[in-house]
Amino acid sequence: MTQSEMTSPQVTWEPSERELERQAVRRRLRLQQSAIATVVTAAVAIGLVLLVLSSPGWDRVRDYFLSWSHARDSFAAIAEGFWINIRIFLVAEPCVLILGALVAIARQTTSPWLAPLRLLATGYTDLFRGVPSILVVVICGIGIPALGLSGVTSSLFWLTTFALVLCYGAYVAEVFRAGILAIHPTQVASAEALALTHAQTMRFVVLPQAVRRVVPPLMNDLVSLQKDTALISAVGVFEALRAAQDYQGYNFNGTPLLVAAAYFLIVAVPLTRLTDWLMRRQIEKEQGR
Amino acid sequence: MTALLEAKALRKSYRGRVVLDDLDLTVAEHDVVCLIGASGSGKSTLLRCLNLLETIDDGVITFDGREISDPLVDPRTVRREIGMVFQAYNLFPHLSVLDNCTLAQVRVHGVPAGEAADRARQLLARFGLADKADAHPDALSGGQQQRVALVRAMCTRPRLLLLDEITAALDPELVGEVLEIVRAEAEAGTTLVLATHEMSFAREVATRVCFLDGGRVLEQGPPEQLFGHPVEERTRAFLARVRS
Repeated sequence: MTQSEMTSPQVTWEPSERELERQAVRRRLRLQQSAIATVVTAAVAIGLVLLVLSSPGWDRVRDYFLSWSHARDSFAAIAEGFWINIRIFLVAEPCVLILGALVAIARQTTSPWLAPLRLLATGYTDLFRGVPSILVVVICGIGIPALGLSGVTSSLFWLTTFALVLCYGAYVAEVFRAGILAIHPTQVASAEALALTHAQTMRFVVLPQAVRRVVPPLMNDLVSLQKDTALISAVGVFEALRAAQDYQGYNFNGTPLLVAAAYFLIVAVPLTRLTDWLMRRQIEKEQGR
Repeated sequence: MTALLEAKALRKSYRGRVVLDDLDLTVAEHDVVCLIGASGSGKSTLLRCLNLLETIDDGVITFDGREISDPLVDPRTVRREIGMVFQAYNLFPHLSVLDNCTLAQVRVHGVPAGEAADRARQLLARFGLADKADAHPDALSGGQQQRVALVRAMCTRPRLLLLDEITAALDPELVGEVLEIVRAEAEAGTTLVLATHEMSFAREVATRVCFLDGGRVLEQGPPEQLFGHPVEERTRAFLARVRS
């Protein structure tokens, strides 16, 4: 009886006239808003294009940076270089995430036995966040092979990847740590009240929430890492930027630089869109909207 | 007696689950309306609909003679005059108690900062919180936080206060103290709509009690009548359950 009484109105409900009116008004408002958005966006875009096209040096810039034939000729060489960037990124990204998380967790430990670990983690983040990445790349790429240690790779690919992981691990560790610190202490209290250990509290309660919160800044760092794979050109690896510069040097035309930029964009933009979408879905799921 | 707030044929559903169904509610000026009912009967949802935190699916809400459920109404013009206190306090943890209480006064109502602080301190003192003005919410006990939330809502002199289970977290000895102030507020001209599980609170402070069931007001009346001689079988069953 209760059940039928609760559900029957749902079946019979017809929006009232007032509600239909309101829905019409809402539709009109939405239409108005999208019209405004479209017009403003178009106006700004056209304005910017006109500004660039009407600049006094536009013809020279166009000839130097927007040559179709040079773009076509350099396309394959840059693609080959970019494949190196992609590979470095694919190897470095998971390593950075793991290293960053481990360092962040190490800094949050409380056991007295782990004091040296905490000190090491703190020292590591301070050091590698403070040193320009390009220096780390050069020092690793040239310095490590120069040591002549047996058993250590002399592959520039692995050495420079190692350097990037070191640099970005420090940034990502701080992002993770900020996320951990942002979790309200009542969450820790209620986990501990359930007699979870410190490690369990971290693993099952704090980290899942922390990671969710830091996804946007994390993406920031990962896109930045993807771009910074170009830094390895500093030790002579023939990746996309280096290939573009090489072509530019031979042919006195800067178009390949834009081609390289396009390659980087093609990876970065879908990546950020994807995370935005994942985040939105997560929020919808959690708030039951 | 003109109605300050009137809800007619209110309907609200979440993903096909109907929470409010053809609900009518009239609140006159100086009324203290208590909403009672089981968890999930729609008390909180109703309160959230009344100050437009939720968009209703159907029905009409009128505040002070104006239809506020009209999409052309700016919700902020409504919320300026309606205060709300939440079940979980919802204080801003990054602001001191005083800043929590002066934020809307200064930013929304344009009250000079000094005046806003004076008003806030005066109210805080009335709630026995004079010495907490500079503390941060997380440093206070639950009862203290809820009293701050009340002060925050009252600082802007709303014409209608919506209270969502405000005594649920208070120490027994503080309930009376808060009741007194809530009653004083009512006498000073503030109209109240409050959802509560505390029947003694409802009996003491209400001018009218509404029993919500299945998304409707199943029965309403003065507290003596509703608690003393409930007509509906379901009301009786609910009251028997909460009294035992």
